Order: sequence, then structure tokens, then C-alpha cells
Amino acid sequence: MSERAAGTVEAVFREEWGRLLATLVRWLGDFDLAEEVAADAIAVAVERWPVEGVPDRPAAWLLTTARRRAVDLLRRRQTYAAKLAILKVEAERTAAEHHAPAPLDAAQIEDDRLRLFFTCCHPALPADGRVALTLRYLAGLSTAEVARAFLVPEKTMAQRLTRGKRKIQDAGIPYRVPRADELPDRLPAVLSVIYVVFTEAYAASRGPALVRPELADEAIRLARILRDLLPAEREVASLLALLLFVDARRDARTDDAGALVLLADQDRTRWDRTKIEEGVGLLERALRGGRPGQYGLQAAIAALHDVAPSFESTDWRQIVVLYDILRAVAPSPLVDLNRAVAVGTARGPAAGLELLDLLANVPELQRYHLLSASRARFLEDLGRLDEAAEAYRQALDLVGNDVERDYLRSRVARIEAATPPDRG
Amino acid sequence: MRYLLLIYSEEATTPPSQEEIDAVMAEWWQYDTAIKESGVHLDGAALQPTQTATTVRLKGDERVVTDGPFAETREVLGGYYLIDVPDLDTALDWAAKCPGAKYGSMEVRPVMEFDTPEQ
Repeated sequence: MSERAAGTVEAVFREEWGRLLATLVRWLGDFDLAEEVAADAIAVAVERWPVEGVPDRPAAWLLTTARRRAVDLLRRRQTYAAKLAILKVEAERTAAEHHAPAPLDAAQIEDDRLRLFFTCCHPALPADGRVALTLRYLAGLSTAEVARAFLVPEKTMAQRLTRGKRKIQDAGIPYRVPRADELPDRLPAVLSVIYVVFTEAYAASRGPALVRPELADEAIRLARILRDLLPAEREVASLLALLLFVDARRDARTDDAGALVLLADQDRTRWDRTKIEEGVGLLERALRGGRPGQYGLQAAIAALHDVAPSFESTDWRQIVVLYDILRAVAPSPLVDLNRAVAVGTARGPAAGLELLDLLANVPELQRYHLLSASRARFLEDLGRLDEAAEAYRQALDLVGNDVERDYLRSRVARIEAATPPDRG
Repeated sequence: MRYLLLIYSEEATTPPSQEEIDAVMAEWWQYDTAIKESGVHLDGAALQPTQTATTVRLKGDERVVTDGPFAETREVLGGYYLIDVPDLDTALDWAAKCPGAKYGSMEVRPVMEFDTPEQ
């Protein structure tokens, strides 16, 4: 199978795979085995469905195929634990056949996904491992995509995932939804995971599309599930509001030809007012009763953009103030980068450039194209065109998705057309 | 699964008063009774202070015996409970209830279970 075909198959089955895996983990209690048989079942489907047609209940078909494969593999192991696992899988199957008209109803699948969510976000796992596992096994991102979302090499991410799975297995991290009294401790990691999933959806780390709508919808859906479960948690509502504010701009972020449109140039009549209004309602309630957390602050920043009639009339000073608070509440190199861009917009490109240059050696930003792209923009505004072109080229080396790549190329081309050829 | 709850604390430099000993020991006996009556308790013990410890390791073929515990840290292993519970969350609940969690820290370690092929 060519790499391109494999990529297409991966995209088609990503959602199916995530649901399948969640139920298989519950049945088998073994991540690696669940992953292996889920992949096998999908491979069989890829081979047969185009010839024999898609079955009436694709999810149930995949689950049955995966279960049979799991039983085969377990029989070969000849161990006591394997025999127990077979008994458990068969009991699940019997129970499913006797007690439910459909082998797998939608609510059960959602429960399984929520369980898997809290397993992957368990506090006994390292923070980076939690997010990695959830992106891989709930959002269904490839290891390479998870690595890009975290700005680390793919090999590092693969090791992180392996270590995480091993700890789940060896330490006996359970597969269950936490009790109400445990939720406050368990929540921040879950929120951070949803946020990172959305970030990946908002600017895809690779591929032809800028936005991956299905992934953005998935992040919003996960945020809604959490909000329904925890209506009193202000940070959950704030996160949902943040995602809605950013997602509201989705259609305006590319033009009719599919080219990137920056915030400054977006047609604000194309922003989704329904999402913005829902976000404002959520955020107004969430900001009452205490200091805002990191998602409350980010949502407030996004709200200031969304309610502004134009880029120029946006309250940039207030945005910088909110970034200052955010830096104190949840410091990170990405917050510093975003703050520098806001400062550059509020006080002029020279001020922004000065702050960006302070971030030049931050390890987490070395492979992040938006640091170079932001520098390039301020350099361009300052008329330092040779340096701007060079910074755009640096960003081009790091950028992953084609829409952003085309945009960066067009900026380089524009500068080259406007300036005489290099004399050197 | 079986988990070992390892109780770490700083060793006292000055001897506590009898009232302090009585108050703290009452907490420990209460926990000890609760964990034994729950049915999860397999084994447990309090350890003598670290000055009674001896460390041994092999350097090549040579046996090197040194005085004291292995690691020079402020918190030392003071005792343990071995319990049998369904999962890590239950083990963490028991560890959090232990007075050792209040006076120091608890390390929770699963016991390695060997999966031997059937004869």
C-alpha cells in the first residue's frame, strides 16, 4: 500500500478506530492487545468492504472481527492470564447479545470513551504522557501528529506513549470514570488534553487542510460532555467557550480559493454568531465567582477578538493585560509568543520584535514555525525586507500544512518581487 | 492486584513527649484496625530506625557491606503495608488514609505478578 493510500485509510477509519479501541480496552484490559486487534480489524475492513459492501452495523462488525482476533491471539499465549482474558471477553459478548438489542449502543460507546479518557489522564501518569495517550487513543491522531502537537521529535513521542501504556498496565490504573470527589484533581489534565486536541484541529500539523473540522468538532464534543458532567466547574465552561470563540472563525480563516486569511484580514461577517453568542453566555457565567483560571483568561482574550467589529478596533491593550495575567497563572513559551504578537500589534512592530527575539533560544519553540512567521511579519512591517524573507524561509522549513506553506511562500515571493535581486 | 504501601517520613531528631506519642499512635492503631478489618490487608510492619540498617551490594565478586540505608535522603522508609485491592485508585485511597501520608509520604508500588505457563 502506498503511503498516500495508507494516509487516506487512516483518515477514514480514525473515528471508527477510536471508538473500537475504547471498547476493546474495556473488554481486554490490555492496551497493546486492543491496539493490535483494532488495527487488524480495520485492515480486514479495508480489504473486504470495497468488495463485499459496508456491513449494516460497521461498528459492531469491526468489534466482532477484533474480538475474534483477540481470542485467537490469547489462545496462543497459553497462560493463565490469557485464559482469564478469554473468559472475560466471551462473557462480555454473551452479555451484549442477551441484554441489548444492538450489541453496542451509542451510550455504551460514549461511556467507554469517557472511561478511557480518565484512564489516559490519570494523575499517576506523567503530565506529558497523559496528553499524548489521549491524543493517540481518543482523538486517534498518529504518533507523528501527536509529536507535532507537542513540538517534540516522533521518536520521543513514541517512547512517551510506550511508557504511559506500560504504567497503566503495570500499576493497575483502572478503567473507570472517577467519583465526584475525585474529579477536581483529575480535571486539569483532561482539560489540557481537549485544548491540545483543538489546537491540532485548528492548525493541522501536516496535510493539505489548515483546519481539520472533524477534529475540532471532536474537541468541542468532548468539552460539551465534560461540561454536562461538571456543570459547576468554571474552567470546563471556560474551555468550551474558548473553543467556540476560536472555532467561530473557522470559515473566515481561508478564502474561496482555500488560501490562508490572517485575523487582520478576515471577513468578520463570516464568523459564526451562534457559536460566539453561546461562548459569551458560557464565559459570562464562568467568570463570576472567583479569579479566572487559564482557560477563563484565554476565553476572555478570544472573546475580545470575536466581539470587536474590526481588527483595528480590537481592545489590544486589554488583550495584553490578560496575557500578562495568563503568564502568571499558566506560564508557557506559547503564551510568551502570543503575548509578544499582541504587544507588537498594540504598541508597534518594533516592540513585538524585541519580545520575539528574547524567545529565539527557547527550546520548545525551536521547531515551531509561528515564531519565525511572527518575526517575519514584524520585520516586514518595519521594512526590513531581506530579514523578513529569511524569517519566512525559516518558517517554511518547519511548517506542516499546505495552506500555511502556500501563505508563507506567497509572502517570500511578494518580497522578492518588490526588492531587486541579491547583489551578493 | 497486590500493592506495597511504603511509609516514608523524616526521622525525629528530638524524642517526642508521651502525649505526642499517645496521640500519634492512636491514629496509627485506628488505621491499622481499619485496614485489617477491611479484608485488603495481607501484611505490614513498622521498621526499626535507619541506624539499624545495613546495605550490601556486590562490586564484581566482592561483597561491600556499608552502614546505614541505601539512600541519604531526609525521608526514610519507616514501614509498609502489603494490600490486595482491585486497582491503583483503591490502593491510593488506602495510602491517602494512612497517617504516613500526613506525617511524610507514601509510595505505592504494585507487586510484580509472574505469569507462569501452565504445566
